[in-house]
Amino acid sequence: MNPLKLFGTGRREQSRDTVGAQRHTVISGEVDVSHGPILYLENVTVSFDGFKALNELTLYIDDGELRCIIGPNGAGKTTMMDVITGKTRPDSGTAFFGQTMDLTRMSEYEIASVGIGRKFQKPTVFPRHTVFENLELAMRADKRVWPSLWGRLDGQQRDRITEVLETVMLTGQQALRAAELSHGQKQWLEIGMLLMQDPRVLLVDEPIAGMTHQETERTAELLTGLAGSRSVVVVEHDMAFVRSIARKVTVLHEGHVLAEGNMDEVQNHPAVIEVYLGG
Amino acid sequence: MPSKGLLLRILEHDTGGKIFLSLLAVVAVLVSVLNLAVPEGSPLHVSTYTVTLLGKYLCYALLAVALDLVWGYCGILSLGHAAFFALGGYCMGMYLMRQVGDRGVYGNPDLPDFMVFLNWTELPWYWFGFDQFWFTMLMVMLVPGVLALVFGWLAFRSRVTGVYLSIITQALTFALMLAFFRNEMGFGGNNGLTDFKELLGFNLQNDVTRVGLFLISALTLAVAYFVARYVVNSKLGRVVVAVRDAEDRARFIGYKVESFKLWIFVFSAMLAGLAGALYVPQVGIINPSEFSPLNSIELVVWVAVGGCGTLYGAVLGALLVNFAKTYFTGALPEVWLFALGTLFVVVTLFLPHGLVGLLKRRRKKATLNEAPT
Ligand SMILES: Nc1ncnc2c1ncn2[C@@H]1O[C@H](COP(=O)(O)OP(=O)(O)OP(=O)(O)O)[C@@H](O)[C@H]1O
Ligand SMILES: [Mg+2]
Repeated sequence: MNPLKLFGTGRREQSRDTVGAQRHTVISGEVDVSHGPILYLENVTVSFDGFKALNELTLYIDDGELRCIIGPNGAGKTTMMDVITGKTRPDSGTAFFGQTMDLTRMSEYEIASVGIGRKFQKPTVFPRHTVFENLELAMRADKRVWPSLWGRLDGQQRDRITEVLETVMLTGQQALRAAELSHGQKQWLEIGMLLMQDPRVLLVDEPIAGMTHQETERTAELLTGLAGSRSVVVVEHDMAFVRSIARKVTVLHEGHVLAEGNMDEVQNHPAVIEVYLGG
Repeated sequence: MPSKGLLLRILEHDTGGKIFLSLLAVVAVLVSVLNLAVPEGSPLHVSTYTVTLLGKYLCYALLAVALDLVWGYCGILSLGHAAFFALGGYCMGMYLMRQVGDRGVYGNPDLPDFMVFLNWTELPWYWFGFDQFWFTMLMVMLVPGVLALVFGWLAFRSRVTGVYLSIITQALTFALMLAFFRNEMGFGGNNGLTDFKELLGFNLQNDVTRVGLFLISALTLAVAYFVARYVVNSKLGRVVVAVRDAEDRARFIGYKVESFKLWIFVFSAMLAGLAGALYVPQVGIINPSEFSPLNSIELVVWVAVGGCGTLYGAVLGALLVNFAKTYFTGALPEVWLFALGTLFVVVTLFLPHGLVGLLKRRRKKATLNEAPT
């Protein structure tokens, strides 16, 4: 399987040079990654009733990198994704997509349409829609109201859905309602929806929960294949899985970065050992 | 014929819709013929009273379809939808008042009787234009549409959902009712608008006019059904259902949820306005009681009884409940409200998908039993 083919045409690479000439999104203009990072979180603090879920968190994700984020329960991993996707507004600090796009001032749908896709910790698909329709809804397209009323799927779009159905191994289930899928299949469907969005950054929260060993391996293959042309941020508790895909690992603890480096560096870091084994 | 192909394509997987539309066509033709062509003495004759009653039910059915679009498909439980119906009705009422001309009790060619009675000397500005039929029809859709737009924009933008939204829609219709009760509003106070004479020159008391209105109601219902079905079959329709089932997910894949809610809400309000406009010339009156919160709640019961989220279920529910209502209010007027309440409780407890859901379950069971083992 050639992972680069997952996104079909490679139109994205082209539009990066021609500065959004062909693209039509709510926010015009391409993400500016000329300085390396694609995501900039700086001194982000989020508090819930005085409790700081994120505490002066500073984190950069490079364009094209695969980053694993680990940390104990309640470390703020999901909250970090909430900040990036506009679900939660930080009390202080900044979040930028590329050099120019201030995520804290954009709404959820704008953030999605400029190319940040997200898979939730709890698989969330549209239960009453078929698997096919779930992918169709997620597909990168003009998502405004009137075009949705008149629009019809063209052949190319159908092919794209068929392709992703194969990638996520749901070809046989395409006419089933998503509610009828097993937990693992729902995870895959959500990954499929992420692929359909053709995002620049994929935020993946605990992707392998409920998956068999084989499915886990396939997920690892998929995510590592995507990195390079996209940036992938994976939150996962399963250390074996993280080890199998990780290049760079960030450890979050109590809302800020505890350690960063490759897997071995991180695992031998005294503060990390302290948090995971001590206390 | 391409248009026929389109209509069939819209109904492609809609068995319920096909049955409903066929029945509607048959009943519309049959009732008209039995009223106009069969002499009054004959046992087969359908009285004009019945024709008008049926016409009224069809308006309710259209209103129910409108509610089903926002409630069944988008999950917005509006408890104020009768307000849009009443506004459409008032627009039509204003036109019918202007049509009366100098044949009112006071014989004033410009002012409706109630204004003369209030010693008003000129027509308020918002009554201008309602002597024109085309303007009226425009307003019938625009007035409810604009109200829905403003209200929906405020509510959806601040992400008011669920019970809170239901409560403020209820407050909306209640506020309108109080406003329309006031004489100074210029809509006839608690008497409303009535004593209509003619519509586009047709005498409203004539049998032919009555049958005409009934047929137009049937036709409008059918057309509205097709349009509504097209909408729910479109990608927009799928997004709307997605918003109902997992609003956040829809946001995070790039849909501006508020806009979709607003679109379907406004579209629904316009359909409701149209239903109200067809209703008024048939019942001959529109007054503030049409804004009564209870009306909106009854409407919800119709849709719940029929089964929401199918469109034809809403039609079925509106027809059945209103037949029952006509029967009960004639035979045992004091029990109607209790019957309605009981119906709602029974349906919510035992028939979460309404009568349509029950029928579907039966059919599934039957096919399962038939299947060879
Ligand atoms: N909406 C909220 N209101 C109040 N507290 C919250 C809210 N969201 C998160 N928290 C708290 O913030 C902290 C961080 O939560 P978060 O979900 O980001 O952790 P996490 O690292 O994703 O944990 P897990 O590994 O269990 O998923 C937790 O203590 C959580 O209880
Ligand atoms: Mg989490």
